[in-house]
Amino acid sequence: MALGLSLGRLGAAKPEGARRPLVTAATLKGLALRIVPPLVVLAVFLLLWEVLCQRPGAGLPPPSRVVSEAWEIIAHPFYDNGGTDKGLFWHISASLQRVALGFTLAVIVGVLLGTLVGQSEWAMRGLDPIFQVLRTIPPLAWLPLSLAAFRDGQPSAIFVIFITSIWPIIINTAVGIRNIPQDYRNVAAVLRLNAVEFFAKVMLPSAAPYIFTGLRIGVGLSWLAIVAAEMLIGGVGIGFFIWDAWNSSHISEIIVALVYVGVIGFVLDRLVAGLGHLVTRGTATA
Amino acid sequence: MTHLSLEQIGISFTRGGRTTEVLRDVNLKIEKGEFVSLIGHSGCGKSTVLNIVAGLLKASTGCVLLDDREVNSPGPERAVVFQNHSLLPWLTVRENVALAVDKVLKAKKSKAERRDWIEHNLALVNMTHAAEKRPHEISGGMKQRVGIARALAMEPKVLLMDEPFGALDALTRAHLQDQLMEIHLRLKNTVIMITHDVDEAVLLSDRIVMMTNGPSATIGEVLTVPLQRPRKRLELVEDPTYTHARAEVLEFLYARHAKPAIAA
Repeated sequence: MALGLSLGRLGAAKPEGARRPLVTAATLKGLALRIVPPLVVLAVFLLLWEVLCQRPGAGLPPPSRVVSEAWEIIAHPFYDNGGTDKGLFWHISASLQRVALGFTLAVIVGVLLGTLVGQSEWAMRGLDPIFQVLRTIPPLAWLPLSLAAFRDGQPSAIFVIFITSIWPIIINTAVGIRNIPQDYRNVAAVLRLNAVEFFAKVMLPSAAPYIFTGLRIGVGLSWLAIVAAEMLIGGVGIGFFIWDAWNSSHISEIIVALVYVGVIGFVLDRLVAGLGHLVTRGTATA
Repeated sequence: MTHLSLEQIGISFTRGGRTTEVLRDVNLKIEKGEFVSLIGHSGCGKSTVLNIVAGLLKASTGCVLLDDREVNSPGPERAVVFQNHSLLPWLTVRENVALAVDKVLKAKKSKAERRDWIEHNLALVNMTHAAEKRPHEISGGMKQRVGIARALAMEPKVLLMDEPFGALDALTRAHLQDQLMEIHLRLKNTVIMITHDVDEAVLLSDRIVMMTNGPSATIGEVLTVPLQRPRKRLELVEDPTYTHARAEVLEFLYARHAKPAIAA
């Protein structure tokens, strides 16, 4: 009774007091601890760059000039004048489409081949040496060969993405499959799961943390490869954009494009990691 | 009529050019509804016997007959409760049982019947309250109960249990033994259980199969435990039949077939 009375009084005096505030000092502090250090480092880096490149005879423009010179492409990412004269958004989206296609193909083929290698001793003996040699070939070295085979830039670029990102997917999937505990295999044997059921219900979930490690490495590599491949094949794409800017000596535009490439590469990595976290219900490290 | 029959089972493993005979001339006949324990020192091959009956290992000689038909590959009519529970960690408790039910009883029961059957088996081992939990969120005893529910849900002819309570603390073990006895009394399953706990063997079994030490291990002696069911743990402590059976097993294990000191 007395408690109710005092609470009532408290409520009357301070109507907001009873509710927990949405933003507490602790959450703000935690946020600040994570955001402030990178901001400080970034500011110091930009300042250093500005000071170093202000001097006459500097090879690269300072950040202030990058922004003023490249303001056109920063402010208008969506313009389209036809041909390859498009805004950054269209270049990046063309590159992302190539990566999406090549990477998806690599995921499908890579997981299947990785399963085969992980499951069959014979397939491993036969295929592993070949994989180990092929995977050391630099992505761009495949480009002339694929151009010769496909006679077209678009499928060649996609093939380069595919062949670059498939190796870590195969190898990690195979390791994941080989690490399936014998217990799970015994359970599947007692239940008489057929090959398809075993693959979908035991193998994939059990190997998922390994597979997603491969996917993360793969998506990073394919983003590395696409920029280089597009520099050579031309057409619309962020790689071509950078090469084109270099040919027209627009150094500031190159720098802006690099920032975009870096940020998108980071986002791709986080996306795959997040997806892995979701699919494996937290057993893969995000 | 004999329900399950092990005929002249023998098995040898070859590793690095050396062949070791693990089991030789294992003969055992088990009646329907019988609860049989296999007991012996570690390394004597009792798990190997169970794995052969389960079909997970192939015998080098002899065969296993279930209802007069030879079995040589794994199957749900010989459900296994694994020593380390072997639940799939990415599935919830209910999904683990459902995986078995939906696969094994697909032709036999409708979807609704299967759903009820899953719930029935979870209730049988008192796990309904944790059905949505994943294996890493529940205790060892609970995992083992789910493993038992999964095995029972397959409606097996024979339930094979590989030291089901070996990894549990004594109190949890006693609790699960009581539950298992209750379930066995209700369902009248045929059970083969591996154990190295003498009290567990005497308390639960109709017959205790004692194995000699390997290599070339075989059945040394079979002891019938003529105790009435239902059995009550506390009443049996002083029961002369119980203490006699217990003494017999201890005598076999520690006097006549003591483990050589080096291997222990």
